[in-house]
Amino acid sequence: MALIKHGKLADNIWHDTDEFAELQALAPLGPVIVDLDIWRQHRDEILAQIARIGGRIGLRLTPGQTPDLVAADLDHFELIELQFAKFTDGRAYSQARLLRGRHGFKSELRASGDILRDQLTFMLRCGFDSFLVATDHQAEAILEAVEEFAHWYQPALDQGATIPALRRRIHGAAGASTADCAAAWAY
Amino acid sequence: MYRYDEFDHAFVAERVEQFRGQVARRIAGELTEDAFKPLRLMNGLYLQLHAYMLRVAIPYGTLSARQMRKLAYIARTHDRGYGHFTTRQNIQFNWPKLDDVPTILDELADVEMHAIQTSGNCIRNTTADPLAGVAADEIDDPRVYAEIIRQWSTLHPEFSFLPRKFKIAVTGSPNDRAVTRGHDIGLRMHRDLQGRPGFEVMVGGGQGRTPIMAKTIRNFLPVDHLLSYLEAVLRVYNQLGRRDNIYKARIKILVQSEGAEKFAELVEAEWLQIRDNAVDLPMEERDRIAAYFAPPRYDDLPDVCPALDLAIAADRRFAAWVESNVVAHKQPGYAIATISLKPHGGIPGDASADQMDAVATLSEKFGFGELRVSYKQNLILPDVAKADLLALWRALDGLDLGTANAGRISDIIACPGLDYCNLANARSIPIAQRISERFTDLQRERDIGDISLNISGCINACAHHHVANIGILGVNKNGTEFYQVTLGGVATEDAAVGAIIGPAFDEWQIADAVEDIVDVYLHQRQTDETFIETYQRIGPQPFKETLYGTDQARQAG
Repeated sequence: MALIKHGKLADNIWHDTDEFAELQALAPLGPVIVDLDIWRQHRDEILAQIARIGGRIGLRLTPGQTPDLVAADLDHFELIELQFAKFTDGRAYSQARLLRGRHGFKSELRASGDILRDQLTFMLRCGFDSFLVATDHQAEAILEAVEEFAHWYQPALDQGATIPALRRRIHGAAGASTADCAAAWAY
Repeated sequence: MYRYDEFDHAFVAERVEQFRGQVARRIAGELTEDAFKPLRLMNGLYLQLHAYMLRVAIPYGTLSARQMRKLAYIARTHDRGYGHFTTRQNIQFNWPKLDDVPTILDELADVEMHAIQTSGNCIRNTTADPLAGVAADEIDDPRVYAEIIRQWSTLHPEFSFLPRKFKIAVTGSPNDRAVTRGHDIGLRMHRDLQGRPGFEVMVGGGQGRTPIMAKTIRNFLPVDHLLSYLEAVLRVYNQLGRRDNIYKARIKILVQSEGAEKFAELVEAEWLQIRDNAVDLPMEERDRIAAYFAPPRYDDLPDVCPALDLAIAADRRFAAWVESNVVAHKQPGYAIATISLKPHGGIPGDASADQMDAVATLSEKFGFGELRVSYKQNLILPDVAKADLLALWRALDGLDLGTANAGRISDIIACPGLDYCNLANARSIPIAQRISERFTDLQRERDIGDISLNISGCINACAHHHVANIGILGVNKNGTEFYQVTLGGVATEDAAVGAIIGPAFDEWQIADAVEDIVDVYLHQRQTDETFIETYQRIGPQPFKETLYGTDQARQAG
């Protein structure tokens, strides 16, 4: 597996588990990602363990699990992983936007699963900032795709100005009266 | 017409370059066909029975003469000399070579066109009333909003991998010429008590194997909130739409399973969270786009045109063409003319490169160099001075484009069917040809009057057979093509799904069956009744009796 984080290849420091018993064994090794079931069943124990011996916790949501389910707990997670089981399953795009835009999640937002070069810009624009892909070779190919578009039409979670915003800067509020399209338009 | 600015140009050019890279990687073997498929589909490139097919977007069906000439050039240079206009106001080229496609897209970008999102599980080309901006009955111009939707939905980061394809249609008129209720989202313009424009939002329409007409989930949405409301609908659908079964994945199934009221509540709750965020365009941005659609500089003409009246009195064929193919324009002295792409015995929606070039020239000579494509697969000249109609018709007649059949029984909508499409179960084109050849008599077609007959070659219903007065669906039984008939469908503002009349007909019986259906109408109709009015009054039984005989009709009924 190869990890892209903030536009560069990076080491993956996170462990992954589906079982609480394993979590306790992994915790001393470093940060651990758990699924929603473990979090719900063992939330208090996990928080107590972190309070006692320290540790960092991440959460993995499946595509059907709305971020609303953990809205109140988001401060506890240093990472949330969203899954693309198939690249055609676009639910994680909405999950990402809700986590970032609505719930204000600021830490690492990781995409895993079937991540293709041609979906990367969509993921970046929805707020993902790390990507777990199969091989280094794939990761390098994916990184090339980031520069393909300069501007986009619709607002999302990336920093660039949208095309409508750039037009307003150029034309100003009275931009409608150019020679090409000089006409009255009244409601 | 909308014109690209530097941002639109740059965006489309970047898209072409991106696709050029993808095609190169495919040809070099770096991409498998499986990995390439979603990429080419997002650029309108299908793999059909015999070859690739490129579907080019014609946003809301509006074309300039220059764009039409480019389509002719592409047909001539990269295809076999023709193109096929579709019910989604697009054009399809049936024989492009894969390594030519980036070049074709470059050519299209030169005239401000593209093939983005003409396929794939994303927001498809937004369609609109083909008479937008010129219809006498219009409240407001839907092209402005269709263009705003086009821009917003283009490579949308969140909504490019929806459960299934997503189609939006907009009309600004109470008389629906865009089948808005047949779409995933239909938008129909109204004015509120203060006279401000807004949309009735209808969601969950679609045809295919489960034909459902869209339900109204909001009676009035102020135009200022259009994009945030659409974003709310799409976000609910993206999260909750089914992904386990391709046949249950359209939004219509979600609306049906949740119930329209519950679905509306989900949308309203989401919309409350985002209605004041950045996605809605500020008024000046909307006005800037609207300015592109300002009316052309019409001459000040009297609405009465004695020369036209004389020509109508002098030539019966011209009179019939005016009667069926010409409708009222909002500007005095002007008319809207339909150019039929349905010559008797021809292939519905096909136009040759020479015809496209000629029509482009006619649009400049008799108008302002603008053309429309209608969902009925015809072309429209939107701004013809009444005094020019005779000259226009003579020119069209010489191009085999002057058939007087708009809205008549030979104005058949047909999908490409098994002649081209790898989804089809049966051929559509030869059936359309055979039926239209039965109705070559001008007087008979006029007598039959307004009627719609649509033929789909499979259950996907690309030809909208469910909402045709007479719908024909090709099916395959043990390797033989059969044609199932539905009656009573309506595609206008009172949209309705037709009902199956009885057992299917084989390819040699189907034209007779259509004639029988027409004969029942002609015998049963009362003064001035159209086909659908008679059908709605007398019901299916008289048709069943004629088609199947009394005994079988009782069984079928």
